[in-house]
Amino acid sequence: MIEKTIKVDINGDLYERDVEARRLLVHFIRDDLELTGTHVGCDTGNCGACTILYNGDAIKSCMMLAIQADGATIQTIEALAHDGQLHPLQQAFSEEHALQCGYCTPGMLMAAKYLLDRNPQPTEQEVREAIQGNICRCTGYWNIIDAVMAAASRGEET
Amino acid sequence: MLLREVEYARPAGIAEAIQLLSEHDNARALAGGQTLINVMKQRAAAPDMLVDLAELEELTVINATGDGTLELGAMATLADILSSREVAERRPILAEVASTIADVQVRNRGTLGGNVCSNDPTNHLPPLMVATEATMTIIGAGGERVVSAEEFFLGVYMTAVAPGELLTKVTIPPAGGTGDGFASVTVGSHGTGIVNVAATVNGEARIAIGCVAAVPVLVTARPDDESVREAVRTADLDPPSDVHGSGEYRRRLAEVLSVRAVQQGRSSG
Repeated sequence: MIEKTIKVDINGDLYERDVEARRLLVHFIRDDLELTGTHVGCDTGNCGACTILYNGDAIKSCMMLAIQADGATIQTIEALAHDGQLHPLQQAFSEEHALQCGYCTPGMLMAAKYLLDRNPQPTEQEVREAIQGNICRCTGYWNIIDAVMAAASRGEET
Repeated sequence: MLLREVEYARPAGIAEAIQLLSEHDNARALAGGQTLINVMKQRAAAPDMLVDLAELEELTVINATGDGTLELGAMATLADILSSREVAERRPILAEVASTIADVQVRNRGTLGGNVCSNDPTNHLPPLMVATEATMTIIGAGGERVVSAEEFFLGVYMTAVAPGELLTKVTIPPAGGTGDGFASVTVGSHGTGIVNVAATVNGEARIAIGCVAAVPVLVTARPDDESVREAVRTADLDPPSDVHGSGEYRRRLAEVLSVRAVQQGRSSG
């Protein structure tokens, strides 16, 4: 077995673990570190449920190997709420009924956070393009778009 | 476990990368991984060694030279192309096309080199490379060589990059009054191509049609609509039929999209 020790900063905590080269980053995050907020939907890079911020960029963690992330700084959905206080995006998702089953929600939130971090006042079209890589089979997307627009209009730090 | 066991190396320089690629029989260069990791899950590819190019920062550079030539490192991501001032000034069509590839997350990881080296016949960039007369710089143990885009794309998933070699750079010649265009019909707004066409117009229209054969098909014509339509009609295209469209439908699309791409080229020159 080909293993290597990697060091990764996730949500401000430094993790040092041995991984096999073939281990996907999303499996490392969920199964090795038990940060199970990041979901595996399709395993083929289509659904976006596994979206995380990797050195600041939104990426799909099922299309990366954990070993590639050695030395990286990562944020997952667990980074959003602080001390029981929902992140403004999470609050808006709750208020606008932007989730039903909730499976896509962590990925949607990370994709939305990536958008608002770079573009705090997006147009509706920009929101649509930002979540294009994220599939939701419950909501028809309308309430998700409304929630991101609502969070943006409040102008709070996201 | 989805993937077969594999070795992994992250070389610090191009020479080391070439050495690793040539030393191992079944080694693959890993760029953004947005195709390779997925085909490894399906075991359609099962390399013994992955040579991760992530540390080769010199390959991410996008440069414009004095005469208007655009040099793009093979590891430039699609997102890099989208945000590049040099691309916006010299050849905005590259950013326009890059923006229609997949989604935000994939564009953040997916690279120019990966898109052209995977050479999926439905990819957007191969026809654009052929239409713009791009040249590709390939480095191997024997040194560096430069091939034209037309010679680069050899077959489905096959390019001129041989085992032990690495695509390092894509060079787009100066626009010099050339107008660029691109038109496609895809599955969904940014999905798999059914037919895509890139065109440049500079006196003559140079049209590269994707998704209709193993490699982009090059057609040249006078740049008026009827000449373009006639040239594509008489090009004897024999596109494949699949779940997304029949060969006959693709042949018809090739005509229509060639006219649209050339129209854009005429108006942007």
